[in-house]
Amino acid sequence: MTNALAGAAVPGLGWSWADLLFLVLAAVMLGAALTVVLNRDIIRSGLAMIVAFAALAAIYVMLDAPLVAAAQVLVYIGAISILVLFAIMLTQTKMGPVRLVFHRQAWAGALAAVVLAGILIAVVTGTAWPDVVGHQLHTATDALARMLFDNYVLPLEVVSVLLLAAVIGGVFLARRDEPRGEERPQ
Amino acid sequence: MSHSLDAYLVLSTLLFCIGMFGFLARRNAIAMLMSIELMLNAVNLTIVAFGAFVPALTVHASVIALMVIAVAAAEATVGLAIVIAIFRNRRTPLVDEYDTMRE
Repeated sequence: MTNALAGAAVPGLGWSWADLLFLVLAAVMLGAALTVVLNRDIIRSGLAMIVAFAALAAIYVMLDAPLVAAAQVLVYIGAISILVLFAIMLTQTKMGPVRLVFHRQAWAGALAAVVLAGILIAVVTGTAWPDVVGHQLHTATDALARMLFDNYVLPLEVVSVLLLAAVIGGVFLARRDEPRGEERPQ
Repeated sequence: MSHSLDAYLVLSTLLFCIGMFGFLARRNAIAMLMSIELMLNAVNLTIVAFGAFVPALTVHASVIALMVIAVAAAEATVGLAIVIAIFRNRRTPLVDEYDTMRE
């Protein structure tokens, strides 16, 4: 976001266009995340999760990491969200949304989340991070590819084996156990 | 604001805590898995934000974020398969009704 338009101030407000875009995306993402967590209807939670992932992909673009943004769209929106939506449809009971969405101890979870948020925000705003520059650095995709297939080639292969194992394990776990031939109970 | 690391870290903190609340509070197993995905995304946002503001980490952060995305995909596959397998036996997606070992 280093072009002239992003640096210019929004008329009427004190912010630049980049700041305004960041605030809008952050609000959309946090609102969608809250909808995921709080909505009674789980299918709406799944759809709100897609909105949160899309807003996060746009934030990755603002952070000048284009390949991560593309992977976010392809993997999260394209694969994981669809997987979650299918799982929701497979596990919907006929009664519709349940009356009690949260545990009885949900207040303790809310308290823990608020306390953790307070502590983390105090820590990250109070820490002087070393070597931080005042502008976004562009992540060059060709340098990233060279790094991925040179320095990080072993982790890449391990991840590919892990994905293969996960696919086989997922199919094995979700498979319906058909009683076969002679093993069928009488 | 969009040119400071702190803004992205605070945003990531809020997303992580929303996901943590969902994981602790929801009864539906798939809602808990969705909350885990939100937390993984918050961690990824932290990694990419550090990569965008620290010159020594710029390319490494994207590599690590891509690895996290791949592992998250594997986790979602196995987790949802487990939920579907349990649902086939117990006929409910609510985790507080999985109480066979309590009795």
